[in-house]
Amino acid sequence: MSDTEPQTDFDPIEPNTGREFEPVDVFPATEEFDLRPGADSCFKCSACDTSCPVAEVDDDFPGPKFQGPEQWRLKRREGHEIDDSVMSCSNCMRCDDACPSGVPLSQMHNTARGEYVEEQMSKTSVEYWRNRVLSNYRTSAFLASKVPRLANVTMNFGPARWLMEKTMGVTAEREFPAFASTTFREWWAERGGADESRRRARAHRERRGLDRDADKRVAYFHGCYSNYNTTEVGKAMVRVYERYGYEVVAPEQKCSGTPMFANGMLADARRHAEVNVSSMADLVEQGYDAIASCTSCSMALRQEYPELFDIDGIETVAANTFESIEYLRIHEDLKADVREARVSGDLAREFAYHAPCHARNQGLERQSVELFGDLEGAGIEDVGDSCSGISGTYGWKEEKYETSMAIGEEMFDHMAAADGEVGMTECPTCAMQMEHGTGYEIRHPLELLEEALVENPRSEP
Amino acid sequence: MAIESEVLVVGGGLAGLTSALAAAREGADVRLVSYKQSSLRHASGLVDLLGYTSDGEGPIVDPYAAMPGLPDDHPYRTVGVETVREAMALFDNVTDYRGDHTDANALVPTHGGTIKPTARYPAGAAAGLASDDRNVLLVGIESMTDFDAPQAAAHLEAAGVPFDVRGETIRFPGDLRADAKVTRYAKLLDANGEVAVRGRTRGARDALAERVNTVHGNEQRVGFPAVLGDQRTDAVRGALEDRIGTDVFEVPMGPPSLPGLRLEEALFEALEESGASVETGNPVVDFDAEGGEIETVYIEKNGALIPNRADQYVLATGGLVGKGIESDRDSVREPVFDCHVAHADDRYEWFDGDAFGDHPFAQFGVETDETLRPLAADGRVEFENLRAAGSVLGGYDFAAEKSGSGVSIATGYVAGNTAATEVR
Repeated sequence: MSDTEPQTDFDPIEPNTGREFEPVDVFPATEEFDLRPGADSCFKCSACDTSCPVAEVDDDFPGPKFQGPEQWRLKRREGHEIDDSVMSCSNCMRCDDACPSGVPLSQMHNTARGEYVEEQMSKTSVEYWRNRVLSNYRTSAFLASKVPRLANVTMNFGPARWLMEKTMGVTAEREFPAFASTTFREWWAERGGADESRRRARAHRERRGLDRDADKRVAYFHGCYSNYNTTEVGKAMVRVYERYGYEVVAPEQKCSGTPMFANGMLADARRHAEVNVSSMADLVEQGYDAIASCTSCSMALRQEYPELFDIDGIETVAANTFESIEYLRIHEDLKADVREARVSGDLAREFAYHAPCHARNQGLERQSVELFGDLEGAGIEDVGDSCSGISGTYGWKEEKYETSMAIGEEMFDHMAAADGEVGMTECPTCAMQMEHGTGYEIRHPLELLEEALVENPRSEP
Repeated sequence: MAIESEVLVVGGGLAGLTSALAAAREGADVRLVSYKQSSLRHASGLVDLLGYTSDGEGPIVDPYAAMPGLPDDHPYRTVGVETVREAMALFDNVTDYRGDHTDANALVPTHGGTIKPTARYPAGAAAGLASDDRNVLLVGIESMTDFDAPQAAAHLEAAGVPFDVRGETIRFPGDLRADAKVTRYAKLLDANGEVAVRGRTRGARDALAERVNTVHGNEQRVGFPAVLGDQRTDAVRGALEDRIGTDVFEVPMGPPSLPGLRLEEALFEALEESGASVETGNPVVDFDAEGGEIETVYIEKNGALIPNRADQYVLATGGLVGKGIESDRDSVREPVFDCHVAHADDRYEWFDGDAFGDHPFAQFGVETDETLRPLAADGRVEFENLRAAGSVLGGYDFAAEKSGSGVSIATGYVAGNTAATEVR
């Protein structure tokens, strides 16, 4: 401090003493989140680098410590461009969980990737459009769901796939997932929607000796995949929740944004997030909790939304969003119910369970194994903590396919070594990779929970 | 409702893992919650008990014999020497570590070329002991600046080791980046992945051995930085031993450390086998207490508070580095349960003027009764059902004594065992 500065009562130890302190008065208001405190918290221990599945196999990828705090510092300098290696980050977000200092690594990566795509990537390039199409899966799925049988045939038609790889850079190695002939929402509407769900929830409450009008209401964020592809997961969610006396609503919703974050398409993601937040915020206000059955969807609503967007109600939605089994585990005696149950038939199997990275980051990595360990008639084995490698759209890109499979190799080995020959996971794209690498059929934990707890689940259409 | 267990352990480092294991093996229903991934990846992977006395004397030959001479408030004095032995037996039971054939400390060369007295070491470090008189070649990797092999060799010579030691630096085969992560080297060797050497591709293990053979003389053992595989370390080491024709060992490295990661994995696996439940990724931010007992703790997930309830609790959140003890300019505190941490009012008394002096801050932590229950400033027990373990405890300077792992294992064992006994 210079001697020429006037004497004040400013105390550097307690700078706010005796006056109102408004940080926004000091720095000009900005739309951007200030990542400086995060960058400053990094003490270069490199724990994040050891948790990165891409840096373990890809010799061109400099790792999360570089992508996060180091790149953030470098780009403070005028004229410094974002390193294009940020596009090789798969957005698994494991680095968040590794950092002992709370550096918001994935937020930094998402921000840098968004900036890279916005300012440095050519909007006429094949890569840009390929990424845009891949990350707007909801749009493709919506169109395909209008003609599901035709889509299922043409999307996996050899020559068409060859052409897609050559012109778009979408790998021909993978099979596109099948589209359901009836979407979850069509089934839901047909079934009677929220009114029918209330009726059933009340019946179950009475059966369980609960107050008929108990305040048990949830808003289901089914996401795109349960709606267009694995509708059985969505139906299982509804039936299991109703059995516990919850009224379910399925509000208007768009894509969670997960594939868009991973591709730096932040404007697209924001447009979808605005719809989702607005839907969910109103419901949360009325006492509903938001429930997702896909762990990447719940991750987006809980963490990425408030980290990346400033939308009215976003914090409230984040604080009231839960993964479907996590929520029941908190509010019901799920463990005891599963312990008393037994399954037979189709799902009386040994399962090789893989915890998705995004489940891991929400602390849910052991939940299914711990829950179903006591279930009579079925077995479950954790295939370890490696990443599946597909990371949503990542493994669908022709130039990332090899990396994706190299990451997945450890999981494939562990699945082969496990007793079960049916896989289990919460994440739709992990499921694709598990199936692709082993040929196993892959199920969602909600399906097994439904089988264990709901009587004659398939008695309704 | 809440997520329930009989014993809830807060913290996923060596102390937390040991207490959860001990409690689960006693038959308790145990849950372990950890804010972040385990701090073990910052540790060398060596497991020390006591290398130097509190007065800096040593290296100590027999740590058990030296424990009764430690100050009264040292955690080893609180739990007693016999209990330390029992705790180490549990550790030996769940890991594949060496050194349990003797009470004496082993002398293990470090990546800085110093000699560390330690009680247990991974199998991969066994051929490197300084008490062995066979000559040593240390092999450094050009891009791994943490390990300067010629300098480490010179340091060991200067320390008077009973063998000749030479250091050579080679380039790791293949086109790895200059800042490749330790996990990249490990993965490549685990998978014996193909690398290109002068236009020919070959397995990484072969290629590495060939590079070493060009600088290898008549030394009977060869030491590498600890990157020799993650999942298949024995196979990697065995392959190198075959092709070089000598014993091969790993030199423990600084963070991030593969031997630390491997130990983390072994302990979590043992914990899963014991039937305990585990959750990582979210912090404990609040708790309810009633009548001197903790009733519920709350885990925060993006603004939501998830209640977790148990009969007995173990606090194993680490010390100043692990953030189980926090400080600002005014005070030093334990942030989860706000247990009392004794410290001078004047922060200038928290440290010594000499950088390597006897710093009071190094011993900051909670004080406990004989069953490891934290004590308030007036000497009363803070909570009837809370025990503390590991570096959240005060009264010892693990960095100076080389006692960090041993105190974590011993106090973790006692905290876990006692908690399990209480719920029976």
